[in-house]
Amino acid sequence: MGAILEVGTLHYVVLSFLLFLVGVVGIIVRRNMIVVLMSLELVLNSVNLNLVAFSYANGDLTGQVFAVFSIAVAAGEAAVGLGILVALFRLRQTTELDKATELSG
Amino acid sequence: MFFVFGALALAAAVGVVTLRNPMYCAVALLVSFLSIAVLFLLRGAEFLAVVQVFVYGGGIMVLFLFVIMLINQHQLRETRKYGPHWWLGLVAALVLGLVFVRAFYPAVFSDPASSPPAFTHVEGLALGNSQAVAWVLYRQYLLPFEIVSVFLLVAMVGAVLLGRRQ
Repeated sequence: MGAILEVGTLHYVVLSFLLFLVGVVGIIVRRNMIVVLMSLELVLNSVNLNLVAFSYANGDLTGQVFAVFSIAVAAGEAAVGLGILVALFRLRQTTELDKATELSG
Repeated sequence: MFFVFGALALAAAVGVVTLRNPMYCAVALLVSFLSIAVLFLLRGAEFLAVVQVFVYGGGIMVLFLFVIMLINQHQLRETRKYGPHWWLGLVAALVLGLVFVRAFYPAVFSDPASSPPAFTHVEGLALGNSQAVAWVLYRQYLLPFEIVSVFLLVAMVGAVLLGRRQ
């Protein structure tokens, strides 16, 4: 029991995997595009958690620097994604993804 | 600490995926972001924890809330929460779970007892985590840093163009 309660890198990897899984399921399952973008942020966050955990395990700061880049990219992605969402809403008066069917013939 | 905030982050993530009202989803997402910031602190990443609170808890969260408020609440009421491919999500979760267990089951990770000196020391001097991150970021990774700044400019112009009225 004591070995399980001692927090190590494996704990972080498992938690990050579970967060990743929840995010992926959210992206596939939900219809509302706002919530899909939120799930995407969850996925990116879980990757950051992994980067920080392995950075600590290896005693190397590169993981943290990479996580800084990842956060910047996530911010840009959120801005563009929400811009697309607003454009979609103006066009179709909905945020539900299965109503955006211009390309399905 | 790890178990409390890890469980909180996970529960909030499940809330994001399962709650009906996007506003509640946004609040759950904020709880998840802040819990993950605490988990960063526990692994010696003080600078990243602050960046996480600023960028995710501040910037991205405000962006989401503005868009939710911009879009009419009545239009957001969903008839069904989940799309027609909801079973695909469960299949993807199952497959990813199997891949993870297969890849990591006999894994052994090194677990240092305390925060590595590289996190707070620059060339033998104890300066703190922000300085240590800046040292690596501006010396070893200067070109990627500049590329990220150009990327953010492109994203900003793109978001303004997409959000503009025709």
